Amino acid sequence: MPKITKASLGRFLAKQGILIAFILFMVGFTLANERFLAPENVMGVIRSSAILGVMALGVTFVVISGNLDLSVGSMMSFSTIVVLDLHDKLGPTLAIPAMFAMTLCLGAIIGFLVGYLKLNSLIVTLGMLSAIHGLTLTYSGGKNMDIADKEGTWFSVFGQGELLGVPVPILLFVGLAAFLGIVLSKTPFGRKIYAVGGNGVAATFSGIRRPRVVLGCYLVSAFCVATAGLLQASRSLGSQNTVGQGLELEVLAAVILGGASLLGGSGTIFKTVIGVLILGFIQNGLLLVGLQFYAQYVVTWVIIILAVWLDIAAKRGKLLSPIA
Amino acid sequence: MASGMLSTFLKRGAIWGFILVELIFFSIAGEQLSLSDKAFMDLDNMLLLFKQSAPIGIIAIGMTIIMINGNIDLSVGAIFALAAIVLLDSMTWPIFAGLGDWAIPLAWILALLAGVLLGALNGFIVWKTGIDAFIVTLGSMLGYRGLVFIYNGENPTSHLNWTLVDFAEAQWLGLHTATWFLLGATFVIWFIMNRTVHGRNAYAIGNNREAAVNAGIRVGPHMMINFMLIGFLAALSAVVFYSESGSVNPNDGELYELWAITAVVLGGTKLTGGSGSIISTFGGVLAIQLLRKGLGHIGADTETVNLVIGLILIAVLFLDRQLNIKGKEELRV
Repeated sequence: MPKITKASLGRFLAKQGILIAFILFMVGFTLANERFLAPENVMGVIRSSAILGVMALGVTFVVISGNLDLSVGSMMSFSTIVVLDLHDKLGPTLAIPAMFAMTLCLGAIIGFLVGYLKLNSLIVTLGMLSAIHGLTLTYSGGKNMDIADKEGTWFSVFGQGELLGVPVPILLFVGLAAFLGIVLSKTPFGRKIYAVGGNGVAATFSGIRRPRVVLGCYLVSAFCVATAGLLQASRSLGSQNTVGQGLELEVLAAVILGGASLLGGSGTIFKTVIGVLILGFIQNGLLLVGLQFYAQYVVTWVIIILAVWLDIAAKRGKLLSPIA
Repeated sequence: MASGMLSTFLKRGAIWGFILVELIFFSIAGEQLSLSDKAFMDLDNMLLLFKQSAPIGIIAIGMTIIMINGNIDLSVGAIFALAAIVLLDSMTWPIFAGLGDWAIPLAWILALLAGVLLGALNGFIVWKTGIDAFIVTLGSMLGYRGLVFIYNGENPTSHLNWTLVDFAEAQWLGLHTATWFLLGATFVIWFIMNRTVHGRNAYAIGNNREAAVNAGIRVGPHMMINFMLIGFLAALSAVVFYSESGSVNPNDGELYELWAITAVVLGGTKLTGGSGSIISTFGGVLAIQLLRKGLGHIGADTETVNLVIGLILIAVLFLDRQLNIKGKEELRV
């Protein structure tokens, strides 16, 4: 059995810190309110986190490759509006693939700009945030989008349906997480993403085509965004133009909470899922112990800072930064 | 040498050239398309343009110094809202009741102090923990916004003081109060960045942090001062704007950080730090506002503004890359 030293304890804490924090939170909230761990409550929390979670899966790919994606929020508004509009024009069977194709096109544009033209991803996606928002408003003419016949469509199955007692959004979230987790950890494409994010120059010299990998990451992100848009549209069967506004930063918060480094090269799908669940359960737990809804923002802030601080403090072996 | 000078000139002058192109385009297109028979380059119209640029403009000036320093601040929108609430709420506090209009300067000071404190907190965390400013301010963007909502729930906070409104709507030498604050902030920050030790050191830190440390520059305090400055400016922006409107919604100022960053990048400041100019940011702010007004003038939907600004931002980034010789070398790798 390996000896427990201060250093090894620090490393263990840094590596599993987010998991430990998650467990501590769950125990604390359960002690405070016994309803917290009731199956229907747990199910409800995961279900309402599913949309944010699905988007976070895609952003994890982008962040591991060393880039950022700030456009996911407005892209999600776009796909929600498009699928609702096309639902009445083409019928659901055609509307869904058409919406996925359009969203993937947007992802391909970003991937081309960041991957092949090597432009700064923060600014490109910032520009796309604004541009896609404009595109959505132009498409809808600034009006809210609603499905005409809300009762007679099977389209609601994605957001409201259940299979074997489990809500479909949870199944989609878990299924997509499992699939993308395998892609990231078990396929050559996944290994290349880590290589590109860890050291782009070294990856290029070892024959990895960096532009292609980056493009792939943005396509994965766009696919996840389209899925999230589908869930959102199907859940509410009507939507505003700004439904995804601000989500990009919440998604990023979940990914960072999961321990992915913004410098690229580290992070996993499993940890991102933990990050998403922590955000969801904190929100729910704080409500159950009687705090007001907005206290969760403050708590999230403190947790993000502490989680990242713990992580880098363990890596450098000192609590305070060496900045003079 | 010659091509180096040409590219420097293009980069320095690009934003003003762009503004000129906008003015010419909208003036000509306006004659054909505009529904009103007023000319686009009407004096009143231009004065209003300056006034409307002020809220984002004052914040963008602060964002420039943060980005020259190699950091970024995503929490300015939330600081803006929180300072606005402090301003409007503090005027109704019972301890100020006996003061009459003397409560106004006190409310201003409190609001500005709140901005400085929130900025200082960001700067202190960046300094002491060594976490990237992007993550720190992403977190505090959520946290400060949470405080805004906790303060007064989802209700607007309102307090209309007519002395204050008169002051905010006044015109002096033809320019509105808000314009004077924008010009003042631009000048003061320009002076700090170009004529003081702090400014020199901030450029040095953004350019090469290792070298700055070796040269004996204390990185932490300079970063913290810059975060306090942007906190102050975000609060100043709120103070100027809400003195006139008198009512603040809890989600006011959302996405202001992104608009401010857009203006700064249009002005040619690099995200990597070490270079950038306050005056060019001022140009970037004007260019965005001109675009909004111009598109409205020629009858385009307001929706297209977002689309156009997004595409221009990406185009600027692309052109900058092509003009930048250092960037071309990187492309070959």
